[in-house]
Amino acid sequence: METLTAVLITVIGAATPLVFAATGELVAEKSGVLNLGVEGMMLLGAVAAFAVALTTGSATLGILAGAAAGAALALVFALLTLTLLANQVASGLALTIFGIGVSALIGRSFVGVPLQRLPQLDLPGISDLPILGPLLFSHDALVYLSILAIPATIWFLERSRAGLILRAIGENHQAAHALGHAVIKVRYLAVMFGGAMAGLGGAYLSLAYTPMWAENMTAGRGWIALALVVFATWRPGRLLLGAYLFGGITVAQLHIQGFGFDIPSQFLSMLPYLATIAVLVAISADGARARLNAPASLGRIFYPEA
Amino acid sequence: MADEGAPARLRLRGISKQFPGCLANDKVDLSLGQGEIHALLGENGAGKSTLVKIIYGVLKADSGALEWDGKAVAITSPSQARKLGIAMVFQHFSLFESMTVAENVALGLDDGANLDELSAKVGEIGRRYGLALQPERVVHDLSVGERQRVEIVRCLMQNPRLLIMDEPTSVLTPGEAEALFVTLRQLAAEGCTILYISHKLEEIRALCSRATVMRGGQVVANCDPRQETAHDLARLMIGEDFDQASKTAEASFGAARLRVQGLNMAAAAIHGTPISGLDLEVAAGEILGIAGVAGNGQNTLLAALSGEQLCAKAETICIEGQNAGDLGPRRRRRLGLAFVPEERLGHGAVPEMSLTDNALLTGYDRQDLLSRGSIMFARTRDYAQRIVQSFQVVTGGIGANAGSLSGGNLQKFIIGRELLQQPKVLVVAHPTWGVDAGAAAAIHTALLDLAHQGTAILVISQDLDELLQISDRIAVLSEGRLSEIMITAEADIGRIGLLMGGHGENGEAGQLDKQGEHHAAPA
Amino acid sequence: MRPRLEARIGVSGAMVYVTPVLAVVLTMACGSVLFAALGHNPAAVLYAFFVQPISSAYGLAELTIKATPLVLCAIGLSFGFRANIWNIGAEGQLTLGAIAGGGLALWAGDDASVWFLPAMIIASLLGGAAWAAIPAYLKTRFNANEILTSLMLTYVAILLLSYLVHGPWKDPDGYSFPQSRMFADSVLLPLLTMGTRLHLGAPIALLLALAAWWVMARMFVGFQIKVVGLTPAAAGLAGFSVRRLTWITLLTGGALSGLAGLFEVAGPIGQLLPSISPGYGFTAIIVAFLGRLHPLGILLAGLLIALSYLGGETVQIELGLPLAVSGVFQGMLLFFLLASDVLVRYRIRWGRSVIVQEAG
Repeated sequence: METLTAVLITVIGAATPLVFAATGELVAEKSGVLNLGVEGMMLLGAVAAFAVALTTGSATLGILAGAAAGAALALVFALLTLTLLANQVASGLALTIFGIGVSALIGRSFVGVPLQRLPQLDLPGISDLPILGPLLFSHDALVYLSILAIPATIWFLERSRAGLILRAIGENHQAAHALGHAVIKVRYLAVMFGGAMAGLGGAYLSLAYTPMWAENMTAGRGWIALALVVFATWRPGRLLLGAYLFGGITVAQLHIQGFGFDIPSQFLSMLPYLATIAVLVAISADGARARLNAPASLGRIFYPEA
Repeated sequence: MADEGAPARLRLRGISKQFPGCLANDKVDLSLGQGEIHALLGENGAGKSTLVKIIYGVLKADSGALEWDGKAVAITSPSQARKLGIAMVFQHFSLFESMTVAENVALGLDDGANLDELSAKVGEIGRRYGLALQPERVVHDLSVGERQRVEIVRCLMQNPRLLIMDEPTSVLTPGEAEALFVTLRQLAAEGCTILYISHKLEEIRALCSRATVMRGGQVVANCDPRQETAHDLARLMIGEDFDQASKTAEASFGAARLRVQGLNMAAAAIHGTPISGLDLEVAAGEILGIAGVAGNGQNTLLAALSGEQLCAKAETICIEGQNAGDLGPRRRRRLGLAFVPEERLGHGAVPEMSLTDNALLTGYDRQDLLSRGSIMFARTRDYAQRIVQSFQVVTGGIGANAGSLSGGNLQKFIIGRELLQQPKVLVVAHPTWGVDAGAAAAIHTALLDLAHQGTAILVISQDLDELLQISDRIAVLSEGRLSEIMITAEADIGRIGLLMGGHGENGEAGQLDKQGEHHAAPA
Repeated sequence: MRPRLEARIGVSGAMVYVTPVLAVVLTMACGSVLFAALGHNPAAVLYAFFVQPISSAYGLAELTIKATPLVLCAIGLSFGFRANIWNIGAEGQLTLGAIAGGGLALWAGDDASVWFLPAMIIASLLGGAAWAAIPAYLKTRFNANEILTSLMLTYVAILLLSYLVHGPWKDPDGYSFPQSRMFADSVLLPLLTMGTRLHLGAPIALLLALAAWWVMARMFVGFQIKVVGLTPAAAGLAGFSVRRLTWITLLTGGALSGLAGLFEVAGPIGQLLPSISPGYGFTAIIVAFLGRLHPLGILLAGLLIALSYLGGETVQIELGLPLAVSGVFQGMLLFFLLASDVLVRYRIRWGRSVIVQEAG
């Protein structure tokens, strides 16, 4: 039972960065912008969080720095695609390439430097409960924040007026413009929110999951987050489910080796990537269902018609 | 109902707006009285839509002044226009397909009202003006007429003092249009000014008390449309007398060149209309017209005919006696099919490519423009040149991009491209939509000539007048079903109107009813 | 006066050529600011980065060697990008090409006949194409997004290579280093000049670039690719099969990337290693865009980006800056190119537009 609890706790750790990054991307995509630079924004967030936490000694400042760095890189993307009307796919790829390079450049002096893991927020009494205590009530602040982000996003998109406008812009930007809604402004905010969330995902990696910095330490998690948004058919609730499913696969891969199965580690390491492909195929095959909730303006350039 | 003493509700002075390559509004003056229904009349491209977008704050005028209730104002955004009391129903609806009616209404309001209260108010306005709507329904499940009601209710929620309607009846059946007029007259009687934009002369004469006529971006006339004949209004709108092509009665037609039997097809687009149980035949030399309000399955039928969507059975579609239902567009073209789609840019032509490339696009096989996988550029240029010359396409040359042509010239180019392939069967969608009268007459003449040479032509159009003018037989497509096919010369307009509204009787009995005797024409 | 954008009626011909140059200049300017901020003399860094690497014949040869895989991958990718097929898994296809061709070299052993080299080339083409066939199949059959599938397969391919050189293909005499045996000299690409590492791959890449230009400019299939990318609906009307073009562009891209992989392992490297490419497959995306998706433009862009790799190595040796500087330069270059592209399609207007009187 204790092993199971331990395994489940590591699942939470593996899933949390995905929850952050995918939620941010979901909101950006709901506004009609496809930002493929999640990987780059996560990396920049990871290195910024690590550098600030290490130099100031404050984890809180580190987390804020991670979010700010992700948002700043997202701002570059927004400038390119929303103001300068550049192709969103190409700009997103550029963002990832740039993010990998810049994060490595900034992080070169931090490689191999140890850092105190982000502290757990133990709730007195409840955290000591058997099984449930460690499983539900003894995590760091970012884990709780990632979980809270889901109902908050659902409320925002489904219940708030700002969310209604954001969805309308993603659905039909010309019509939203004709009604006087500020298409570009809302998209700037959505993209930067996506960047901040990706930055938080990166911060979780470098402050809590493996408290250290290594070049390219996201190892494709940004791309998996993008796939999760498709998997979730743009619904935050399903996104949470998907992130934990992927966290589970990532962790299972580590534990299979522990159980002494004689499978080369490389094949086990392929599992999350192969699972992503399998999930994409399963979701996309039913095209009608996948499209129903997809923002109709996704990836299209907005230029106010004459 | 105009109150002579009060200041005009809205007055425009010297409004100008320049777009790249076109002066859309040239020193336009316009004055709208309180509670009057004022027509803004003009052809496509006359500058009407630009002008109303300036009034509604979507576009900004380059120069000129606006006065609201006698006071100078600058309208910089739709939200500001709404605050003044200006509301607008767009020609292409500004609705959000995957959202509910209530959400759509909420998006048109500036304050964040509670959706439940909003739903109640939608119901109340609906009852008062005869605009029934269910607030919780999702828009993509609504008919075109219902969608327009959503737009109108959204406007009325704000108690507007000026309501702008941009080509509202282009998507409505005659019956629905009549109901709309009742609502508009009621609004005007309550003091709301209505700016009514249209190029349909009869409805303006029936509805409006004043008219401003635009041509080429300028105001060319102000008049009382009730005092003018339709012909006079047309002359003001077009600027000259024009010859209309007309059908010479054909004695008999040849063998069937296009035959469709039992066509059932699901819609390709998410919110499209499927086709069920459709049969038709077009003979050599014949023009068959298919009327109907947009969104009743036209796109699905066109995709099925062009081969962009394949039929389950080869024998469903027969071209020149050959089963072609399972053939793609390329092989259907080899059998003699030519095809003009509804959308010119982005379907019929690639905007970023030259006219030469766009000639190659569909002419490659029937004009022999390829040699072992390579393009023969000299032949292709020659073909493009012949299209431009034969159809008097106004362009900078065959190297010009398709996107740089005006709508009418591009349509002439596309129709020319298909006609020069000497098709056995021609399918044309909306041949003159958005085309000026001169080009429209040229296109109609070309179609009639082609039919005279023995081509079987199928024309799908929303413009009933056009179909009555050029087709030999006519049928109506409504909710994916085709009505009985009538001989145009004997057809009853009232009956066609009812069919367009989906009020035809069942098909089998109707087949015999070619003259629609069982139906009295509505008023 | 706020600037605003106004759509041009057509694209600006001059701007198509001006903007890449503008992007390079802006990148250098921004790079200078960055290095000054990091406490380096910008002039020294720029010299070490852009000039020093190519101031010798050896350096020029190295430039060509690095440009070869970039150009091959970028040409393959450009076919897809033109058709709106976003294959970003060239790195994985490159790896599979190296595995397929390199595996054949290892199988042939030390006394392989020279005729194995052509067979290795074919194997690498097939290996890369097979890896690209997976996203092609998943896209055409299940409508799965090729961006994500091709990228995921890149991770899988790199892990597969890692498994091979750690496991079955490990050199038994290699002191347990994860690497294969060296290929026989007879199956290595012949060198072109004495004293440099310039190999036969470079002229082959040049010929393939010319062939690609012919296909795009003259052949009907090139026309179809362009139409599908610009206006899919028009392609449908004309009877061009999107499915067929998806297969063609992905297989071509995969095959060329696979060839690039073979040219690395049967060229400068001479064996299989866990890492056979410093991200050529990803950088090729930048090369493709910088070259305006035009084969001849890609040749020039390939040389420029190859210089950014050499420059990165030089500043690492000379100034102790990390190799990641290359990626920063490459990313910035692509940013500036995408940003300045706006000038091709739009005109910048300051303030109110001038009213032009026209007849009618």
